[in-house]
Amino acid sequence: MDFIITLVNGLSLGGVYAMIALGYTMVYGIAKLLNFAHGDVIMVSGYAILVFLSFDPILAIICATLFCMLLGIAMERVAYRPLRGASPLAVLITAIGVSYLLQSLAQIIFGAADRYVIVADLGSITLGEVKIDVGTIITLGASLVIMMALSLFVKFTRTGRAMVAVSEDRDAARLMGININRIITITFAIGSALAALAGLFSLFRVPTIMPTYGAMPGIKAFVAAVIGGIGSIPGAMLGGILLGVVECICNSTPLAPYTIAIEFAILIVILLVKPTGILGKKRREKV
Amino acid sequence: MTSLLQGLKNIKWKHYINYIAVGIFAILFTLMTFGGSLPQSTLYMLEEITMNILLSVSLCLVVGFLGELSLGHAGFMCVGAYMGGKLAVILSKTALGNGVLSFVFCMLLGAVVAGAAGFLIGLPALRLKGDYLAIVTLAFGEIVKTLFQNSSSESFGGPVGLRTPRFDKQYLFIIGFALVLLALFVIQNLIRSKHGRAITAIRDNEIAAKATGINVTKYKLLGFIISAAFAGIAGVFYSFSHNYVKAEVFDYNYSIEILIMVVLGGMGNISGAIISATLITVLNTELQTILTGDRAVLKDVIYALILIAIVIYNNAPALRSFRERFTPRAFVRRLLAKRKGNAYNADDDARWDVVPTKIDMDEVLSVDLKVVESTMRPDKEDKSDE
Repeated sequence: MDFIITLVNGLSLGGVYAMIALGYTMVYGIAKLLNFAHGDVIMVSGYAILVFLSFDPILAIICATLFCMLLGIAMERVAYRPLRGASPLAVLITAIGVSYLLQSLAQIIFGAADRYVIVADLGSITLGEVKIDVGTIITLGASLVIMMALSLFVKFTRTGRAMVAVSEDRDAARLMGININRIITITFAIGSALAALAGLFSLFRVPTIMPTYGAMPGIKAFVAAVIGGIGSIPGAMLGGILLGVVECICNSTPLAPYTIAIEFAILIVILLVKPTGILGKKRREKV
Repeated sequence: MTSLLQGLKNIKWKHYINYIAVGIFAILFTLMTFGGSLPQSTLYMLEEITMNILLSVSLCLVVGFLGELSLGHAGFMCVGAYMGGKLAVILSKTALGNGVLSFVFCMLLGAVVAGAAGFLIGLPALRLKGDYLAIVTLAFGEIVKTLFQNSSSESFGGPVGLRTPRFDKQYLFIIGFALVLLALFVIQNLIRSKHGRAITAIRDNEIAAKATGINVTKYKLLGFIISAAFAGIAGVFYSFSHNYVKAEVFDYNYSIEILIMVVLGGMGNISGAIISATLITVLNTELQTILTGDRAVLKDVIYALILIAIVIYNNAPALRSFRERFTPRAFVRRLLAKRKGNAYNADDDARWDVVPTKIDMDEVLSVDLKVVESTMRPDKEDKSDE
């Protein structure tokens, strides 16, 4: 029974990682940039929920999501768009700068100490001998629904197909009349909205936030995206779930202090066996 | 005397400028220390500066010259710091004490173990590219950190950290300068040698390099090992300078900090790496001393804003023509042009296509005619010669 609880717990943590990894992988696939500030959007979402929670929980969630979308768009406009066409490393450094900026601004506004954010008391349900939190179920269900919705969106809508086109060949997409800037802005908005929801779901798990709260989940989500094959939507989901389950199982064994090392070791092993990740496409190199 | 001047003129000063600049600062600060006019905080800052120069110059080899993005440089430093620190603890109980000789032994051990770690991380680099390799190096750094954090308290101190013996603070920074010179000597000479050319060739085009017969495996590993070894040395320096090694310090944020120094210095530019490492360390320390108490958090905001502004200014394609007028290099060039008496035109560098390359066809034809004439009438040619 304990194992089932650990597994369900791992699946829900995996759902959170998957949501962040989806945003990571979309931004990476379409804008070709490693958005290190993506993790900090989770933290911003947590604080936004904290601010709006005094009105109404549902309103707080909606406001936080919208706020994060605006933040993502602003981030892209101010910090990344001027560097379109510059070396990828330069963009990586600005992304790190944005990450520092968000963290230190949060520290100025809310202080460095932990803050408690209890969104809603959802209680728990009992199935046989297993007691599961409703928050866990919501997380798992929502992340599955969102992943499917995103896959359908990318496959069947005009904007989604334009996104695929931009990720495959930006110049060719531009020649076909696709507005690259608009597509990248939409990508950032979707990615940030996913990060905002991930922030909400992680508050279901642990109801505390602090300014550096988003950094580690951000890195782990990136690891998840790479394990699954960066640029692939099902890959991000798979990688996220895998990482979440591994983390929860490790944490329930005496190996707990080494959890991070084990996760990263899995990443290295997978990349050595399959350098493009589990579901990643192999790109042939032209000479 | 003139021949000496001539000899001095023939030296390629560009090759020695880094040694000279570092050497002058080293001598200057050494004299000031023994004159007793340097406060403890300045000494501490000098130690930090030399350590960061070591780190950024060594990372410059991998990022700037080998062209691989590494986010785990602090991991190598961590290995060096723990290995060197542990040996220092052991040696301090022997006859060697904790003088310069024991420092040299610690440094050697740190360099060798970190170099071995560099070899390990170089292996995936043979199969992975770009951001995939970046995440593997990041993972390596975090794994190293976690392993040392969970070590037993007898071996490496575990989560509490490892206390290392005190070193004579007064002249530690001189050793720092010496190490910087050593790193410059090794890395600059490597880059200017045949091996270094092979390394930069791999960066520019791996397939072409392989096709030319360059042993890509060997040179990639070489780059990683040397870079890691110097990071390990910087780690040993850290353990001596701080007297305390704690694994948490060496997280990926530290690696990123070093990467920032390399990128801001202009990748593949060692002088740039030295300058930006110095400026960033000074900026960080100064902001820390100016902004105290409640305003301390402002430091990170200012740092982040400066970082974003500099990167956008340096790299934005839209600012290119603006940049060409307002870089230090353009300024120097304009100054030199003014001294020579001809007006400087910022566009000159870009206008290679306007250089006259057309051949005057009349001239060509006339020459040909003359040749034809001379071959047809040799007697006349002979006469004109006489």
